[in-house]
Amino acid sequence: MAVLIDTRRLGRWSLNAVATLAMAYILVPLVAVTWLAFWSQEIPTFPPEGYTLHWFGAALAQDKFVNGFLTSLQVGVAATLLGLVLGVPAALAIARRGFFGRAWINQLLLMPLVVPGVVLGTSIYVFQVEVEIATEIPILGSIPGLIGGHILIVIPWIVRLIGASLAGFDRAIEEAALNLGANPWTAFWRVTLPSIRPGIVAGALFGFVTSFGNLEMSLFLLSPGMTTLPIAILQYLEWRLDPTIAAVSVMQIALIAVAMIITDRYVKLARVV
Amino acid sequence: MARLELHALSKRYGEFTAVSDVTLDVADGEFLVLLGPSGCGKTTTLRMIAGFVTPSAGAIRIGAQDVTELPPWKRNSGLVFQSYALFPHLTVAQNVAFGLEMRKYPKSDLAARVAEVLKLVRLGQLGERLPRQLSGGQQQRVALARALAIRPDVLLLDEPLSNLDAKLREEVRVEIRELQRQLGLTTVMVTHDQEEALTVADRLVVMAEGEVKQIGTQRDLYERPANRFVAGFVGRSTFLDGKAVGDGAFVTSGGLRLRCSAGAVRGDAVLALRPERLVLGVAPLGLDNDLIGTVEFVSYLGAVLDLRVRLSSADRVIVQVANRQDGLAPAVGDQVHVGWEAVVGRVFSGDASAPA
Repeated sequence: MAVLIDTRRLGRWSLNAVATLAMAYILVPLVAVTWLAFWSQEIPTFPPEGYTLHWFGAALAQDKFVNGFLTSLQVGVAATLLGLVLGVPAALAIARRGFFGRAWINQLLLMPLVVPGVVLGTSIYVFQVEVEIATEIPILGSIPGLIGGHILIVIPWIVRLIGASLAGFDRAIEEAALNLGANPWTAFWRVTLPSIRPGIVAGALFGFVTSFGNLEMSLFLLSPGMTTLPIAILQYLEWRLDPTIAAVSVMQIALIAVAMIITDRYVKLARVV
Repeated sequence: MARLELHALSKRYGEFTAVSDVTLDVADGEFLVLLGPSGCGKTTTLRMIAGFVTPSAGAIRIGAQDVTELPPWKRNSGLVFQSYALFPHLTVAQNVAFGLEMRKYPKSDLAARVAEVLKLVRLGQLGERLPRQLSGGQQQRVALARALAIRPDVLLLDEPLSNLDAKLREEVRVEIRELQRQLGLTTVMVTHDQEEALTVADRLVVMAEGEVKQIGTQRDLYERPANRFVAGFVGRSTFLDGKAVGDGAFVTSGGLRLRCSAGAVRGDAVLALRPERLVLGVAPLGLDNDLIGTVEFVSYLGAVLDLRVRLSSADRVIVQVANRQDGLAPAVGDQVHVGWEAVVGRVFSGDASAPA
């Protein structure tokens, strides 16, 4: 009996230890970069000599970061909205219609998550070159061209998370609306859409974050002179190694954290993801 | 409220026939129950009435109107779903108001109508709650209120009680029946639970394998089952294999010669006996059939005892006796007399192992 209790306690203890390690592995870099953003010396050496808010000001004073941020925001929002327009009907069709090649299309829509960003970037670049040659529409290195690429990495999140919402959706609820006199269009807007809203919000949020942070694909699709925030960070790092980058990262982390917290107030993300 | 007619209604999915040639006539204000095991086509029939399943053949009329070709939202039926299917993002009051809004019910009267219906199902205080904040029984009543609010021509109930616990189920089915009577609702309910069906129905339709096996009142089905399936499905029967030899005589495969109600069946047949119609005694009983058997198994069920009594090497019957203080309490191995009048035994063609 005593042995049994000991084994159980040991099991719980080791589980806690492993969980703590995993959490630390995820959180330590975030904590480190946040800490670094406040160090006063230009070349980060341990221990810090003092603390300052200077680097945040320095970051915001750089046009590259501000413009990069605005471009990333613009591209992220546009790609997410267009991703929703394509992804919601796709998720509905995959969840509900038994058509030929359904499983195949489902896999295809999730592919951009699996394909390495560099490969994806190269392929889209080559594709856009071919399209531009064939149609003479200047999409290469344009914002619409970049958005077109980002839609691809947004869609897997939207389709996946809305699909998860739909899986838990009792279709009888839609039938109830029809039975009560709603036509299919009204039933969709008044009953189905509100019921899968958590999936839509979560899918849009994660899609946006993916697009906002994307570096590898954007590198191929931008023309010289245009930057997204991740590219601006990369370019800065080639020449300098001061805590400005840490300050930019902290602002980025804070922005996304705020977005998630606000979203979570309306939609419990833990229930969908 | 209106009369509901189904005429030669069928539904086929490829080679599979889910519903075959169902003709029913539900009178204005009548409570009809479709009863049958799962897969018998009862739910498909209900869904055809609501408009969610398109019939392969046949016609549906509600009142004077042929609704066969109408989509669900143009039929004035109120359906209560097995899962209740409440709108999770709307309050109780908004759920109930939904159908009224779809009908462009005057805004000024909307709240009053919702309150009236909620009061009818005794949920007056809960209008502002969300469905997930309610108990199962309360959710069921919201589903009912939502269907009643639109004053449907027919009320359709799809296994409405199957998600409630046993005690609540007994209460709610009586409530539904009283409400249905009070409002004079033409109602069709689907269930596999025969006790539930017998409690609420004016008439019952027993279905199996997509076909109507018998339509009638509780008494019709119980006293005069039309076939072996109904005899086994409504109430209980012991079936004895054998041959009908005419003149109200039946010879079991175990060689017993029994008196039974005279009928047209000849040759291989089964004799159906209701356990509660058999009489048990310690001495000859003076009935048309009077046999001696050995008690092989006793189930003590409280109000009644179920005895398995062997009458011959091939024939064993179930006898149900009331558990009275002064009554017989035979034990396994006891010799007993079992008897019954000829009219108790009903003969159906086929053999006991055949499905129906």
